[in-house]
Amino acid sequence: MSMLSEKQAREILDKVIELSKADECIATLTGTKDGNVRFALNNVSTSGIVSDIQLAVQVAYGKRVGVATINEFDDASLARVVSRAEELAKLAPENDEFMPALGKQDYKASDPAFVKASAEVSPEYRANVAAESIEPCRKDDLVAAGFFTDNTSFSAFATSTGNFGYHKSTTVDFTCTVRTDDGTGSGWVNRNVADVAQFDAKSEVARAISKAKGSVDAKAIEPGKYTVILEPAAASGLIGFMMFGFDARQADEGRSFLSKKGGGTKMGEQLFDKRINISADPWDNEAPVQPWDGENRPRNKIAIVKDGKINYMNYSRFWAKKQEKDAPAQPGNILIAGGSKSTDQLVADTKRGILVTRTWYIRMVDPQTVLLTGLTRDGTFYIEDGEIKYPIKNMRFNESPVIMLNNVEELGLPQRSTIGGGGPGGGQPIVMMTPAMKIRDFTFTSLSDAV
Amino acid sequence: MHRRHFLTITGFGATALVLPVGGRLIAAEALLEVPMSVAAKKVLADVGLEAATAAGASYCDVRIGRYLQQFVISRERQIDNVVNTESTGVGVRVIANGTWGFAATNELTAMAVAEAARQATAIAKANAKIQREPVQLAPLKGVGEVAWATPIEKNAMAVPIKDKVDLLLSVNAAALEAGASFVNSTLFLVNEQKYFASTDGSYIDQDVHRLWAPLTVTATDKQSGKFRSRNGLSAPVGMGYEYLDGTSKDALTMPGDVQMYGNRYDIVADAKAAAQQAKTKLKARSVKPGKYDLVLDPSHLFLTIHENVGHPLELDRVLGYEANYAGTSFATLDKRDDGFQYGSDIVTLYADRTQDGSLGRVAYDDEGVATKRWDLVKDGVLVNYQAIRDQAHIIGEKASHGCCYADSWSSVQFQRMPNVSLAPGKKPLTPAQLISDVEDGIYIFGRGSYSIDQQRYNAQFGGQLFYEIKNGKVTEQIEDVAYQIRTPEFWNACSAICDESDFRLNGSFFDGKGQPPQVSAVSHGAATARFDQINVINTARSIG
Repeated sequence: MSMLSEKQAREILDKVIELSKADECIATLTGTKDGNVRFALNNVSTSGIVSDIQLAVQVAYGKRVGVATINEFDDASLARVVSRAEELAKLAPENDEFMPALGKQDYKASDPAFVKASAEVSPEYRANVAAESIEPCRKDDLVAAGFFTDNTSFSAFATSTGNFGYHKSTTVDFTCTVRTDDGTGSGWVNRNVADVAQFDAKSEVARAISKAKGSVDAKAIEPGKYTVILEPAAASGLIGFMMFGFDARQADEGRSFLSKKGGGTKMGEQLFDKRINISADPWDNEAPVQPWDGENRPRNKIAIVKDGKINYMNYSRFWAKKQEKDAPAQPGNILIAGGSKSTDQLVADTKRGILVTRTWYIRMVDPQTVLLTGLTRDGTFYIEDGEIKYPIKNMRFNESPVIMLNNVEELGLPQRSTIGGGGPGGGQPIVMMTPAMKIRDFTFTSLSDAV
Repeated sequence: MHRRHFLTITGFGATALVLPVGGRLIAAEALLEVPMSVAAKKVLADVGLEAATAAGASYCDVRIGRYLQQFVISRERQIDNVVNTESTGVGVRVIANGTWGFAATNELTAMAVAEAARQATAIAKANAKIQREPVQLAPLKGVGEVAWATPIEKNAMAVPIKDKVDLLLSVNAAALEAGASFVNSTLFLVNEQKYFASTDGSYIDQDVHRLWAPLTVTATDKQSGKFRSRNGLSAPVGMGYEYLDGTSKDALTMPGDVQMYGNRYDIVADAKAAAQQAKTKLKARSVKPGKYDLVLDPSHLFLTIHENVGHPLELDRVLGYEANYAGTSFATLDKRDDGFQYGSDIVTLYADRTQDGSLGRVAYDDEGVATKRWDLVKDGVLVNYQAIRDQAHIIGEKASHGCCYADSWSSVQFQRMPNVSLAPGKKPLTPAQLISDVEDGIYIFGRGSYSIDQQRYNAQFGGQLFYEIKNGKVTEQIEDVAYQIRTPEFWNACSAICDESDFRLNGSFFDGKGQPPQVSAVSHGAATARFDQINVINTARSIG
């Protein structure tokens, strides 16, 4: 049983707080159930389910902190984990950046984050997703490879200072690559939702199939500056990279693209096109997230970028105190405002340009300017007079999202994705709403032969 | 089961370094405990093997694993975190009705292991219904009861935390005194205690140690708003704490007076040099883009080898099993059959899990196959791939290459990259002699930004340190360098490789692959090598 109700969680957490003799104690319970099915070469390769529940106990004596974890919850185990944390704290060096636990906070629930139907996805449902992806490909001399995963989780904590929180959520994520059997065409699709009812494997796979077939016999075009339409998944990879750099401490220390010549930061400065608005909102309908952050601060709606101006940087509680600043909670989602047009409509309104399905292997080249490099993949097309004319070979780009967001022509309808979730180089996922982006003068620097 | 956790460390350049942390947190002293004897492991493993066989499995392997990690993380004059983790459990893999099945348990009891074996067999039988071809396992003779341990002089897990804290704080102090604005230094220690048993009759007990001590030094210039970092030039190693003994017996002074390291690392001296070089970067001349002859130090070339030789020659990628995520490969099977010219005729690239000190060094892989060395590219020609037991028949081989790995008892083992290295040149040649022939070139050290397409053709690499070479001489440090290559052209442009006295290992400590993802550690050796007329771009931009 990896999912606990609020009442069950509170019972365990209260016992832990009661047991601790340290100056302060924070007990956190997290439970997850991850189901997945992976397929490749039109066959299921692996499928499984991993459930886990864990209690972390953090105690402090002055500025000495110890953490211990356990996955058994009988009274003896709880006593053991508390005493182990206390022993570790006594041995730990003093942490000058230690911040005492917050007192009682009000967290407004973000209930739409949990959808019962998503929590009840069955092995049969997963197998069916694989079958619905594979079958149309088999019939059409195409080869499918994909990954479907459903995650249900809860998080609860209590502190010796009287604070408490409980939140549960679900996420369903699907990616599928379809290739022609001779390897000359490749298409890809992804879909990320909180509610599995919004997901339909057949229609998603149909898009990947269409891109795979449409990308056969791609032509080489000269690398250079082009108008591009980045589909939401392609844009989120680039913008997401930049959003990890909104750290106030790095900016104050003069080692961020948000640091200013001569000292200070670019807070309040016009860094992007006026149409760029980026916000966070734990209660957003499509991208709801836990209403507190990693330091248990209550999340609120925040304008991160307002009309192209930097309006927010992330202050840890320690850094905010040191700099004598307010420290609102760190966002759990990134909502980039867009328009109402679909990608197809953006294409229809484009005289000449390139449609990019997916961006790949994005790496920081220069943190000073957030110059990123990476490649297009699985469906890159040339647009002329409002129509897709022909597939083109993939290209490497060297571009900064800061420059990109100054060269905005138009923004489309935002779509949900998660970034930084568990993959190599991943971490705790952040939910993003990203519009398709039509950008001028996007810099491609070389051709790739990869299909 | 333990879900994998991630530990995010900020301060490594502008992006956070995110590390996979397995298992539960424990006290440092508990890292040295021996919770289960080898005899007890054999009894437990036999329970699993018998239960699987009784349930109808034609093959079974049981892995009993205890995976320990210790991270000590510092910034400037303080320790941010000390993390000790332990993850213990049993993974059971079977073949039933010609299909793989896997199940795992964190309970080290006969009942739990037998149940996992039955569950794995049931999963295999269920999946067999949609399986099109039965698994073909390359034959393997059992080795009986054997044991192996990484040859270490000093168990890093046994070194008191205080000594590690003192070392990192002295590293940081040295960098700050040498003019650094900021410094992060970290110790990552890994110990895998793995017991493998299979129905082939093998009972293999292995104790594997690895260590990495990365650092990042940042220099800032308030007036210009510029900042530059230089990472440490050490290698992650399959060694004990002796790697950090600070002696200079293995230090090498390269042309341009760059200090490099072999089997011993002086982390304090490197931190000092890093501070000076990071400051120089702030004022260094920006590279003029164009074609240059590149001279690549092994501390840099290892990553190129990793990305455009190691990955494209993984057989599962070549076949399409990783198509949705990591990608496929340009090095298709027909290219091997046609004798594809991967590189110039001085280029021999080999796989080897028997090199002492390397990250991939073990005696047996995670399906009980003895490790070995084999050629991938011989005298410039593509000759082989990396294959495990159920893949060997696809490339016409009778035995696995011994490169199967799982990052935990709870993960299914699959094909992972062995150490892949560039063979040193056969004729005597030092880096200084190699450089004396270069008219217009760039000398590159260290791992920088890297990116490569999903078939491993088009790559772009940065580095940590760049020096201009003019008329056979290293002149000055330059900046904003990245080079773009197409894999076969790059290796065919290799015109000189230094001899074995310059051969050094480097590596990747957290290499990712698979869905759900698994990490592995892998080394790559090389001597300094020259690549003619490579396209160099300038990466400086202005964002106002």
